[in-house]
Amino acid sequence: MRFYQQLRIAAFSTAVMAFVTTSGGALAQKKYDTGASDTEIKIGNIMPYSGPASAYGVIGKTEEAYFKKINAEGGINGRKINFISYDDGYSPPKAVEQARKLVESDEVLVVFNPLGTPSNSAIQKYLNAKKVPQLFVATGATKWNEPKNFPWTMGWQPSYQSEARIYAKFLMKEKPSAKIAIMYQNDDFGKDYLKGLKDGLADKASMIVAEESYETTEPTIDGHIVKLKSTGADTFISITTPKFAAQAIKKLAEIEWKPLHIVSNVSASVGSVIKPAGFENSQGILSAAYAKDGADSQWDNDPGMKKLYAFLEKYYPEGNKLDGSVVFGYGVAQTMVKVLEMCGDNLTRENVMKQAASLKDFAPDTMLPGIKINTSPTDFAPIEQLQMMRFKGEKWDLFGDVISGELSH
Amino acid sequence: MSAVQEVVTEAAAVEAVPKRAMTLGYGTSLAMLALLILVPLFVKNFIIFQLTMLLIYGLAVLALNILTGGSGQFSLGQSAFYAVGAYTSAILMEHVGMNYALTLPIAGLICFGFGFLFGQPALRLSGVYLALATFALATAMPQLLKLGYFEHWTGGVQGLVVTKPDAPFGLPMTQDMWLYYFTMVITIGIYIASVNLLQSRSGRAFMAIRDNEIAASAMGIDVALYKTLAFGVSAGITGVAGGLGAIAVQFVAPDSYTITLAISLFLGMVVGGVGWLPGSIVGAAFIIFVPNIAEGISKGLSGAVFGVLLFLVIFLVPHGARQVAIVAQQMMGKLRKN
Repeated sequence: MRFYQQLRIAAFSTAVMAFVTTSGGALAQKKYDTGASDTEIKIGNIMPYSGPASAYGVIGKTEEAYFKKINAEGGINGRKINFISYDDGYSPPKAVEQARKLVESDEVLVVFNPLGTPSNSAIQKYLNAKKVPQLFVATGATKWNEPKNFPWTMGWQPSYQSEARIYAKFLMKEKPSAKIAIMYQNDDFGKDYLKGLKDGLADKASMIVAEESYETTEPTIDGHIVKLKSTGADTFISITTPKFAAQAIKKLAEIEWKPLHIVSNVSASVGSVIKPAGFENSQGILSAAYAKDGADSQWDNDPGMKKLYAFLEKYYPEGNKLDGSVVFGYGVAQTMVKVLEMCGDNLTRENVMKQAASLKDFAPDTMLPGIKINTSPTDFAPIEQLQMMRFKGEKWDLFGDVISGELSH
Repeated sequence: MSAVQEVVTEAAAVEAVPKRAMTLGYGTSLAMLALLILVPLFVKNFIIFQLTMLLIYGLAVLALNILTGGSGQFSLGQSAFYAVGAYTSAILMEHVGMNYALTLPIAGLICFGFGFLFGQPALRLSGVYLALATFALATAMPQLLKLGYFEHWTGGVQGLVVTKPDAPFGLPMTQDMWLYYFTMVITIGIYIASVNLLQSRSGRAFMAIRDNEIAASAMGIDVALYKTLAFGVSAGITGVAGGLGAIAVQFVAPDSYTITLAISLFLGMVVGGVGWLPGSIVGAAFIIFVPNIAEGISKGLSGAVFGVLLFLVIFLVPHGARQVAIVAQQMMGKLRKN
């Protein structure tokens, strides 16, 4: 009896082994490009750890911590991630130098989530010529969704233009008689947004009664706001970065101007904008979002955010959960890991792009309910949905449906 | 009377450097040249690119050195001239379809004119006040480049992408290597021209102004003319460097030419040794490689580490690379005697 049992086990295990080896050989022939091997996947990254945009350096640090977590949990299909991140100080020439260092000296498989529109514009041509994926760039410019001309470049977050179109749609429907005053930052971010708004309003663009631009070097934008108030506008769209968005909210309260106030998603952070500007001044402000806000108490018991907090505690204790950059870095790193998992043992650059372009209904832990990442060979814009929200009490109230701001090319 | 006294007794802003001390000896020059020619044959394309950037920044630092070390005028506005040069080259290449090599003299000329004109109002200022006026120029430039009015040409905030030239005549070289040698020839040409300029009549006039303006004008030097001329020459060379930079980086955008660049160039000049032309390359190496080293030490504190390194350099060798070179020369002399 004992012998019979042993024989059965032996036979069974031989069969299993035979199955594993044959299927392994037939299904997944291991294929590698520079930067990938049986034990390692090299991912390059460029971040402004120093310079005017150094606040965003947190994104790079969060990503590094996330990959550390993945490695601690056994890596991706047994391969460890080697994350190499360099500082470009938000300077395009330096970004070119660092991109070349990553590709030619460190020999990475992909350049992942480099930050900033100018820096990405500077390296786009080089990476496409070298056929190195420039994956999930950290900028909201619209131009990253051009698979025909730049098959190796892909964005991640919703483009500024699609977000602006959502506001345009909202205003045309809810407040067709609005007199709109716009305050925008005089750079690629502000101008892209403004274009989206005007395109969205189309023949109703005459609703815009005033536009004012400011430079990031200005200490305060109070003067612009007083001027906008004097135009008699009843709707104020603030295309601003956090510091200026908070200033605007405060100033509006101070001069007792109470227009319908829309703040761009970039500055919808409770921690870095609303709280400093004062909750009482921020009631009724509108914005749109695609990710959950760590400062918003309604997500305290959300399973996705709980995972994020657990991760922060263990791998990145100095990371501040109120910082939108942490939430961003976590979500985008998760998307990268998902793509690498989908690649299996075929870790060529071509396959990485192919898998990145075939994400179906993928939802990182930090996305708002209902918002999903979808890509295709002709659609290189992973996140295209947003939901409108209104500030009430001490948190954002989501309202309406998840809206797609998809651009019709 | 008292005003004159003040001017006369005021300590010279820039230490007088005798013109012979401004250059290298023959042997050292040839060794440097051999090194510049041979190194790219043995290194990766990426290093060649870094070396190209080294030469380009070296050229820009050299230009500032002529202005400050030669004529004693400060400038924190070199990034503006660099930007004008870069944009001139980029626009001529991409919109007009001109050959890249031809765009450089045009970039140089435009910047010369620009610098000469800027030198006119700057005549009334000296020392820190001049530095502030040029600082204003540097902060204004990125915004001017963003103006909607020029957007058709400059590409506005999005910048312009530049096509990288191939090696001509079917030379068996990569684009990077060709661009390196192309840059090297231009840099050496400008270096020799600058050395000759400083040893010429005009160069002596620059230095006389630097050492004592009143004495210089008493000697019959047209102070106003030579001061603006120094500005023009410096801006012109910076413009050529900017044009080369645009071709090497393949991209121009307003954010590439902020005040940080101007300060970096100024830093490069101080570290290389004010008034010592060969030091320009050392200074350029400092501004390119030391931030990378600082980042290697600590990513979060790279700025602070860079500051500490800079502080050490200024504290230990206040006259920059020139001081190191002099000490080395003296040691060599002692060794020979023994």
